[in-house]
Amino acid sequence: MALPDTAAPPRASTSSSTPTAERKRRPDRSHAAYWLFLLPGAVLFLLVIGGPLVYTGYLSLTKWSGVGDPTFIGLDNYRNLLTDDVFWTSFKNTIAMIVAMVVVPTLVGLVLAAVLFDTIGRKFRPRTAAALRAAFYLPQVLPVVVAGIVWGWILRPDGALNGLLEAVGLGALSHDWLGDPTTALPAVMAVMIWVQIGYPVVVFMAALERVNPELYEAAEIDGAGWWQRFRAITLAQIRPETFVVGLTCTIAAMKVFGPIYALTRGGPENATNVPSYFAYFTFFKRLNVGYGSAISMVLTLIIVVVAVLFIRAQNRAERRDGVL
Amino acid sequence: MAVTLTTGPRAAARASDRHRRGVGRWIVLVVVGVAALAMLVPFAFMLLNAFKSPGDYSTNGPLSWPTEFYTTGLRTYWEQVDFPVKLWNSIVISGSVAVLAVVVSLLSAYALGIGRVRGRLWIIGLFLLANMLPQEALIYPLYHFAKEAGLYNTRLAVIIIFTVIQAAFGTYLLASVLGTFPRTLLEAAALDGAGKWRILWRVVLPNIRPTISVLLVFFFIWTWNEFLIPLVMLIDNQTQTVPVALASLQGDRLMDAPTTNAGALLSLLPAILFFLVFQRTLARGITAGADK
Repeated sequence: MALPDTAAPPRASTSSSTPTAERKRRPDRSHAAYWLFLLPGAVLFLLVIGGPLVYTGYLSLTKWSGVGDPTFIGLDNYRNLLTDDVFWTSFKNTIAMIVAMVVVPTLVGLVLAAVLFDTIGRKFRPRTAAALRAAFYLPQVLPVVVAGIVWGWILRPDGALNGLLEAVGLGALSHDWLGDPTTALPAVMAVMIWVQIGYPVVVFMAALERVNPELYEAAEIDGAGWWQRFRAITLAQIRPETFVVGLTCTIAAMKVFGPIYALTRGGPENATNVPSYFAYFTFFKRLNVGYGSAISMVLTLIIVVVAVLFIRAQNRAERRDGVL
Repeated sequence: MAVTLTTGPRAAARASDRHRRGVGRWIVLVVVGVAALAMLVPFAFMLLNAFKSPGDYSTNGPLSWPTEFYTTGLRTYWEQVDFPVKLWNSIVISGSVAVLAVVVSLLSAYALGIGRVRGRLWIIGLFLLANMLPQEALIYPLYHFAKEAGLYNTRLAVIIIFTVIQAAFGTYLLASVLGTFPRTLLEAAALDGAGKWRILWRVVLPNIRPTISVLLVFFFIWTWNEFLIPLVMLIDNQTQTVPVALASLQGDRLMDAPTTNAGALLSLLPAILFFLVFQRTLARGITAGADK
């Protein structure tokens, strides 16, 4: 889950700079033949993504248990969603997931990347920085469900966290971290920060490699302190990457499923429920396919809107840079 | 983590005189080093308890050093879930998806990036959008139709689905790479009488091999780590993947803490192995998208 959207560059695919020579050429009759190459991708796409998405949209207007025929009920599922507390809780928890998977990792990642690059990479060997970076990145390569299961055990009443607390004399603080509705969400958020932190660190450090090291040297000679260098050089240089990280992590946070499944199954008392788990549960445990489809469609719509807003904000920022 | 914030400026103040390399940098190193070690603590806990007997665990707790080097937990998990079968399923699914998705992406991207077919921006936008969809929006129809088609609980169903999902991203990325492919190379090949099919495999593919290898590695690892669709589609011992096997056994609540850790350790090993083997490719790929 963690990596899937890593390399999505939100930019147009083809350059508009067609050489004049090419434009003058007579229209290429054989362009049509290229459609043949698009055929396998198009057929598979309709079969696995387009068709099912439209069908889910249709199912969201029906009542269906998965057997027999769906009954058309119009917008009833959506009307019911509006008054469903679990639905609202799950979206409220999405905001918590965005804090844990986007806001905190991006902020901490910015500082960590800058420290690793500017301080440790330059004042110690770059190898030291690379080794430290690997430690932060390791959780990103694991199947997130497996990581979730290890954390689920650590946070259990007889797990390692309580063991650790007792060992340092804080046994009074030991707790059923995932079993108590008040601590379950913060515990899940902590795990997600652990999972996610390595991604911005790696992306931002790679971005900093582009920056001419002499820029830092020169700034340092001119008496710029660490904080001034961070603001004037680091932040300015890696703004495009900040957009990419923000967009991909926000989408990942809105879709998060595996860790919730492994850690809490949305419980206790829906304290950690999220839309994707709520939809899964409604489909396959409550066998309420129409309602599950409605949840999925709302989630899809929100994701698309957020993505479009992000990409437009970036385009505007780029255009502003172009003018300056 | 907040500590790094406060030591940073202080370290800089000390180092601001370029010739006086004070202790500031050491403080920064220690703080970041401690944070990095903290990241690894869960792995240490897991290792410590994967080699502990259940009796040892219940009497001495999770932090004690194992009284004996206990490997029965590992063996129990290995046999209980028939681990080699799970490993093979994961390899077959992820390997097939990586290759098939790259082929499909390359064909589509060839039409979009080089063929510049009409409406290509819309098509690319559609693929990009498909990449962002929550899988919940597809899962029920996929589950239902797989059942109708007799593909439910087969690796083939999962392979087809992920080929398309990964290819949606691959097409988007490759179309943008091929959009800047040198026209002169294509024209030279066309003058030599090469057809479109031949140009794709003989001219285009050799020139974008590095990108293709990054995609292969990423598709393999992403598919390996996928959870929701394999969880829904694969329901028995003969078809399940490594992560699904661990999750469904945990769901049964049959596992004591040492077996959970032994199972997690076994399930993490392949991922850590890929990480070590493909470290370079991964680093290249993560930055590929953000490249300007």
